[in-house]
Amino acid sequence: MRFRGLSGAIMHRHSYLAPKTQRLASPDAALLHADAYAEPKTATIGGRPLNAIAEALLGALGLITAWDAKLVEIVALSLKVSLSAVLFATLLALPLGAAVAVARFPGRHALIVLLNALMGLPPVVVGLVVYLLLSRAGPLGEFGLLFTPPAMVIAQTLLILPIIAALTRQGVEDAWIEYQDQLRSLGVSGVPAALTLLWDIRYSLVTAVLAGLGRASAEVGAVMIVGGNIDGVTRVMTTTIALETSKGDLPLALSLGIVLILIVLLLNAAAFLVKEAAQRKYG
Amino acid sequence: MSALLPLRLSEVSFHAGGRTILDRVSAEIVAGPRTLILGANGAGKSVLMRICHGLLSPTAGRVQWSEAETPGKPRRQAMVFQRPVMLRRSALANVTYALKAAQVPRAARRTRALAALDHVGLASLAEHPARVLSGGEQQRLALARAWALRPEVLFLDEPTANLDPSATREVEAIIGAIHAAGAKIVMTTHNLGQARRLADEILFIHQGRLAERAPVEAFFKQPASAEAAAFIKGELPWT
Repeated sequence: MRFRGLSGAIMHRHSYLAPKTQRLASPDAALLHADAYAEPKTATIGGRPLNAIAEALLGALGLITAWDAKLVEIVALSLKVSLSAVLFATLLALPLGAAVAVARFPGRHALIVLLNALMGLPPVVVGLVVYLLLSRAGPLGEFGLLFTPPAMVIAQTLLILPIIAALTRQGVEDAWIEYQDQLRSLGVSGVPAALTLLWDIRYSLVTAVLAGLGRASAEVGAVMIVGGNIDGVTRVMTTTIALETSKGDLPLALSLGIVLILIVLLLNAAAFLVKEAAQRKYG
Repeated sequence: MSALLPLRLSEVSFHAGGRTILDRVSAEIVAGPRTLILGANGAGKSVLMRICHGLLSPTAGRVQWSEAETPGKPRRQAMVFQRPVMLRRSALANVTYALKAAQVPRAARRTRALAALDHVGLASLAEHPARVLSGGEQQRLALARAWALRPEVLFLDEPTANLDPSATREVEAIIGAIHAAGAKIVMTTHNLGQARRLADEILFIHQGRLAERAPVEAFFKQPASAEAAAFIKGELPWT
């Protein structure tokens, strides 16, 4: 019974998400989408026909190797937005996570559960909330931020803050359990203790920050709602992929997909190497 | 500055999870002799020591230093644990960290830390990351860290329990040197040989109660309590 209820909830979430994203991407997304796959355009190399996927792949590689201006612009904005969000979220989440780990106050357990639960925050819901806050009638409407990159940074910051904070909290708390007798023996507590612990687990925190970056760069719902996917202004990799796929421009969509995966892969590889080296060095 | 000692424990009890760990322990710990708290595993030695050092609060009874410590002021007592806890920094940085916490001026920290490392034979490993040192080296580093603080009282909680015989000898020699330098030593052990080697006086704890307190020769020659006699007898074949 419990499982049925749970899967029902998940299915409900998906069925709610899918049409909304598409509707935002383009009013006649479904139609165009169907067209692109019903009659794949055929090209030939040496007289042999290529299917749509191979053709899109070739086009994508062409765009990437040619350093296509539009592609570069979109990738640059994506990185700018997501990295800014990671920076702000990290600045807020590290102290928050460390404080929750070290301090003892009423409601602490509830806050931990809340932080953990918010790790799974649906991007569209964050987008919706930020949209309501920033829209002309909203409490922050006077700043005119809606449909600008700063709005996207705000939405992604809120989205990944709980992820980084919850992972930080876990790491700091594990370290605190190991170190607390020694630190208290030395007379270190409160803020200095929290800073000591954060610094001591600095290489594990790379993983926490990276989890946030992965989430930020991969999500589409929040930036779509608060950014509006305006060409040349708020169009980022994920929103472009959604739009171009529904329009049938598969090479651009696919090239962005490849770049996105490559970036995430490179960052993770770098972080893995840093962590490995640090672990070997510091134990 | 007046002295921290003597430390007076009056009717100190500690209960946790419905169990009595310590049962009305009263004792006065005075400056000078090396005090060893002896007892079987689970007798309550570590809890007693943690209460003395202020890491635990007794559920009943009072712990009274001759001069109470003021929060925010550097501590005048230090503790070395069974399992050394090292930060992910160099050996030297672990010692200077403790000196910083004790509000030693920045200019003096490095010299003082290097001297302490030299005392425990770790000068050549000063720049090595502390957590990749061997168990024996880490425990010596923990002793150097405590020593550098120049505490009036040094608590040691089974500092050699995880060490091999040669590392144990090194640690015992360092403890002797710290005592010779003027610090009061309060140490727990379950090892009779170690108690004989290091103690001036023995506090024997049995099932949470202070069963006997005696100078070391008297304790081993003629234990006054039946529990202590049984412990010495039972322990001997393995020491």
